[in-house]
Amino acid sequence: MFRKIEEKSLLSRVISNKIIIPILLLPVWFLLYHYLQNITDWIVFDLIGMDKTMHLTGAVSFFIFEVPKVLMLLTLIVFAVGIVRSYFSPERTRKILGGKKLFVGNVLASFLGIVTPFCSCSAIPLFLGFVESGVPLGVTFSFLIAAPMINEVAVVLLFGLFGWKTALLYMSTGLLIAMISGFIIGKLKLEKYVEEWVFNVKVGDNGLEDEKLTFSDRVSMGYDAIKEIVGKVWIYVVLGIAVGAGIHGYVPENFMAGLMGKSSWWSVPIAVILGVPMYSNAAGIIPIVQSLLEKGASLGTVLAFMMSVIGLSLPEAIILKKVLKIQLIIVFVGVVAVGIIIVGYLFNFIY
Amino acid sequence: MLIQVFGPGCVNCLTLEKRVKQTIASLEIDAQYSKIEDFQVIMAYGIMRTPALAINGKVVFQGRVPTVNELKEIINGELDVSSN
Repeated sequence: MFRKIEEKSLLSRVISNKIIIPILLLPVWFLLYHYLQNITDWIVFDLIGMDKTMHLTGAVSFFIFEVPKVLMLLTLIVFAVGIVRSYFSPERTRKILGGKKLFVGNVLASFLGIVTPFCSCSAIPLFLGFVESGVPLGVTFSFLIAAPMINEVAVVLLFGLFGWKTALLYMSTGLLIAMISGFIIGKLKLEKYVEEWVFNVKVGDNGLEDEKLTFSDRVSMGYDAIKEIVGKVWIYVVLGIAVGAGIHGYVPENFMAGLMGKSSWWSVPIAVILGVPMYSNAAGIIPIVQSLLEKGASLGTVLAFMMSVIGLSLPEAIILKKVLKIQLIIVFVGVVAVGIIIVGYLFNFIY
Repeated sequence: MLIQVFGPGCVNCLTLEKRVKQTIASLEIDAQYSKIEDFQVIMAYGIMRTPALAINGKVVFQGRVPTVNELKEIINGELDVSSN
């Protein structure tokens, strides 16, 4: 008994540290973020003593400024999203979506796709679970399209490197694609192209979802998310920014403009087709996006490419083959690809 | 003790499998290990996030890959329960 009490007080100490540390770190984060440009200038001009007029200076200061900026943003957002996601689970999402009508269901599923923890290897169990609880096929697809495409890493990177407008546009058009594609797939009544056995699956109850989480549990899930995501993608961020910095002054400015610029109408569909067999996480694609944009490729084309790489992947299609017949996979890829192409043109038209 | 890893075979599932085997070896316990890839069985256990781990038929976590140390704690915890 005594030991138990002791354990508990130790536990609560650990818990309070877990919550207090991020609260203390937050102002430090904002100060650092706010003065990052000044700090960079000080390092580049005073500490290293580089010449303002040199090409290399621009590249170095771009690198020294952008790397910590993007990594700081990423850490903060991933932490916050990690906590938010702890309030959602596929089990809960499935219950919310069960029996929802088309359209309302599609809208809901697309938003839930953003906040529900999801990894593409869980696509099948998730699909089976959704179908079993009566989530319509089209609504399930809205979820499956939104979940990988709109993820915090992609949005943070776009925000950090290209500004909030680009990030917001990416998010909102991604959501629209998920909603509309799912709606169309629902309207097409393609249930017959789902493998038979899928409808016979019974989902058991393992009692896991009943576990009550304290807020400090959720905070530590935020930490886990940082470890898991930032730990994995930081290298791509550094590489991407290095590429961006490296080509700053060395590759001619309009190198890509002829190939992927606004004037060439075929650039958007080509970018989407190129993107499908490529499989990369959002972070891995950023170096490419960075260098394409830098060199005169247009925003719509590049975003279409990015959406296609992240949202439509051949490996995922192959995984889905276990539950879907090939016709449905083709429709799924086709509808989403057309959606992405439209978004690409739209952006090229607006900008 | 029966230890089951659930997962279709993605990177995370393979990592978990490897770590579970390491853990069993280092704990020197008498455990029966099996890997379940059949989706119908995975669903029957109510698992919607892979990889997952079940000990003696009870799902202890899903959708994550704990470290070997954490796995030791989890398995030891279940050992205590079953010995009581």
